[in-house]
Amino acid sequence: MNHTTNRWRTIDIVIASVIAVAFGVIFWAWGLVWSATDAAFAFFPPAQTLIYGVWLVPAVLGGLVIRKPGASLYCELVAAIVSALLGSQWGGTVIVQGLMQGVGAELAFAALRYRSYRLPAALLAGALTGLTAAIFDFVYWNKTYELVSYRIPYALLTIVSATVIAGAGGWFLTRALANTGVLDRFPAGRERAAV
Amino acid sequence: MISVAPVARPGAPLARRNPVAKLAAALVFSFVLIATLDPVAPAIAIAIELAVLPLFGIRYRILARRAWPLLASAGGILVTLVLFAADRSGRVLVEAGPVVVTEGVLVTALGLVLRTLAVALPGILVFATTDATDLADALIQNAKAPARFAIGALAAFRLVPLLEQEWRMISMARRARGVDAGRNPVAKLRLFVSTAFALLVGAIRRGTRLAVAMDARGFDAGLPRTVARRQRFTTADGLLVAGAAALAGAALAVSVALGTFRPLIG
Amino acid sequence: MSAVVLRGFGWRHAGRKGWAVRGVDLRVEAGERVLLLGASGAGKSTLLAALAGLLPEDSGEQEGTVEIDGLDPRKARERVGVVFQDPETQLVMARCGDDVAFGLENRGVPAEEIWPRVDEALRRVGFPYHRDRPTAALSGGEQQRLALAGALAPRPGLLLLDEPTANLDPAGAALIRRAVADALDVDTTLILVEHRVAEALPLVDRVVVLEAGGGVRADGPPDSVFAAHGDALAAAGVWVPGRTVPPRPATAPPGDWLLTADRLGLPPRLAAVDLEVRAGEALAVLGPNGAGKSTLALLLGGLLRPGAGTATATAALAGRDARTPPHRWRAPLLARRIGSVFQDPEHQFVTGSVYDELALGPRRTGQPEAAVRATVDGLLDRLRLTRLAGANPYTLSGGEARRLSVATALATAPRLLICDEPTFGQDRRTWGELVDLFAELRDAGHGVVAVTHDPDFVAALADRTLTLERP
Repeated sequence: MNHTTNRWRTIDIVIASVIAVAFGVIFWAWGLVWSATDAAFAFFPPAQTLIYGVWLVPAVLGGLVIRKPGASLYCELVAAIVSALLGSQWGGTVIVQGLMQGVGAELAFAALRYRSYRLPAALLAGALTGLTAAIFDFVYWNKTYELVSYRIPYALLTIVSATVIAGAGGWFLTRALANTGVLDRFPAGRERAAV
Repeated sequence: MISVAPVARPGAPLARRNPVAKLAAALVFSFVLIATLDPVAPAIAIAIELAVLPLFGIRYRILARRAWPLLASAGGILVTLVLFAADRSGRVLVEAGPVVVTEGVLVTALGLVLRTLAVALPGILVFATTDATDLADALIQNAKAPARFAIGALAAFRLVPLLEQEWRMISMARRARGVDAGRNPVAKLRLFVSTAFALLVGAIRRGTRLAVAMDARGFDAGLPRTVARRQRFTTADGLLVAGAAALAGAALAVSVALGTFRPLIG
Repeated sequence: MSAVVLRGFGWRHAGRKGWAVRGVDLRVEAGERVLLLGASGAGKSTLLAALAGLLPEDSGEQEGTVEIDGLDPRKARERVGVVFQDPETQLVMARCGDDVAFGLENRGVPAEEIWPRVDEALRRVGFPYHRDRPTAALSGGEQQRLALAGALAPRPGLLLLDEPTANLDPAGAALIRRAVADALDVDTTLILVEHRVAEALPLVDRVVVLEAGGGVRADGPPDSVFAAHGDALAAAGVWVPGRTVPPRPATAPPGDWLLTADRLGLPPRLAAVDLEVRAGEALAVLGPNGAGKSTLALLLGGLLRPGAGTATATAALAGRDARTPPHRWRAPLLARRIGSVFQDPEHQFVTGSVYDELALGPRRTGQPEAAVRATVDGLLDRLRLTRLAGANPYTLSGGEARRLSVATALATAPRLLICDEPTFGQDRRTWGELVDLFAELRDAGHGVVAVTHDPDFVAALADRTLTLERP
């Protein structure tokens, strides 16, 4: 499959969009299932950093499945627009935030010249998307907090969470999806043995 | 229920404006406000936003329903600031062990809460009054967004109600299989992940069929596309964007004139 | 208008060892109407995809040639229209008119011509609504008519229909067939794939049968093809006309009451229903789309909280738990008493292999591992799934996935089995196996409730029917 080009096929565009849309619905369902815990998180925002990586999964997953330049950025951006259309309380802020978060994973795959999609690449993508997310929060949300006791630990936790949940999680998710056969039209799905 | 349709009266004067113009106006308005951390500029901005609400055809009740989680997070901002504020100047109001609340802390908290609201509201207004198809059309025709991507995203967005229904079916099917979590949070998390995975598998399968159907109808055939629905960017749309910039600038100017302006950077 | 020529055509999907279709030599002249038949897995859908130009060169390996009017189908897409099986995933836009316009926009039709052609296409298929109607508000049959309008609007020379009625109720399916008959120009070539042969015959003048191992087995006018190959086709899973299935009435009178519904309903989806379910009896629930049949199945299955009335289990079904309504039972207890089979088998899959899928229920209900193994091996054997024990459930074919979903419900040995459209889209072979299986379960003293649109299934199995009206 070395003759694949960087041009996006229709299926690349639609599946990248579907991943973003499906995560829009999954995040909505998260609210249904965890409304009680969510209220606790809202009351003490630093605790949210532990699960921060969940919001960044589409960026890494999109890159690992589609394997085209722009996939991470596109998935995270569309996910943000979808959540805005579905009535996110953050309004247009999520779009800028989504763009920032997508940039991180995109940079990681670009640094590997869109050739490696193994676990280390996924971890790097997770870490960098966490980093760009943390930079956004560091400047935009957390400016008025104490540097050493809050802003720096918050940023580090975000990166760790993103590396574990979005990076490693995204990699395992891609493998599990490949095993179901739904990725057969993608390089990620063709790596399983011929059946 | 997830709502995918706009919630505004479609005939309202500003709701009718070009979606790209509305989006640009919202982004401009929000970004000017991001520049400051004081409470005055966002307070003026919120007043402006509430005043133009009827022009967008949105009832205050609907706005409250969309925005109430913001109020919940405002409480979170206050708690976090009390514990971690960098600026603890001003008169000490409460002192209990590590918890020190000063006037400075409260002013900062007020600024942050107001800013969060002021920055989020324009986006809520725009997306509450905009149909996804119109947005995609306008992005392609007026903002030069690549048509294949905008239409692909639009086609996928149409799956939202289906996927929501699917989530409920998968959840019930798991119960029928003898799988439930009760009150155990670990089991609950595992069930959530397994349900989300099943949803994703189904979504990708549908997406694959959708992409094939789109190709069968000549999408991506390499011919130049025509557009059946015209979106126009008129003078009124330009005025909307300019007006948003002017109003946000005015809010900042008042804040500077009153001496409360606190720049984000610097 | 368009002619099709295949010479030694074959296709193997990337990542597959076997050929999806192979050794096909076929010539279809302009204006011919062809019904394409073959067993499940004979490659009918792959062949249609090839004709529609939907097999990209990098997605597999090709043998031989396929041409439409002398062109590679990938370069002749504007000559071909396709309607697929699933209505939900072939509509692209949110409003009906926009969806028909989509294909015209893609082909670069000038903007001022688009809306007149959209209206004309909608009129030709007898579409009853204005073009501003949301596509989400349509029934399955209406969505398929819209998809047909979208395929016809660009005026294709070749129309391909891939089981366009398989997901529809009988009324919706009849509407589609009539729309095809009325809307097709006399000189448009038609190639149709359809399991339900009798209903499709009025649309065609030629039948082509694909051989599962490769090549064309039979080709000619319908009468002569069925006279020569009817038995073999029926054995391969094709619904050959005139071959009825012997009914399987109950061998004993019904036994204990298991479940009663008293004014059970969920407004606005389901109006109040009274019914009793008995052991050793198969009850078929009928009614038009929108009457709330699936909702009733979920309520009886203890999966939804009733909006009105009650569902009450008897002591024969639930022992001392009969006092609490089924929707409040813990899941493992529910699974031991009432098994539910969903319309889409994939909704029920939880694990990564067929074996684990069958073992899940017994493990959850606390059986020792030796008993679990015995139960699973028995079910694998009974439903012809042994060969697939290690396979991922999501990779199964439609018939295999259906058999697995029924088997998972049986694994916990519930007294009552509730199925939503169990025979939906199945070929004749799987269909016959399901009828036999449900008949055996009923005769062994289980209660069987089936929500269904399938008149043959009702005729073969049902001891009693209940017909719902739209609320």
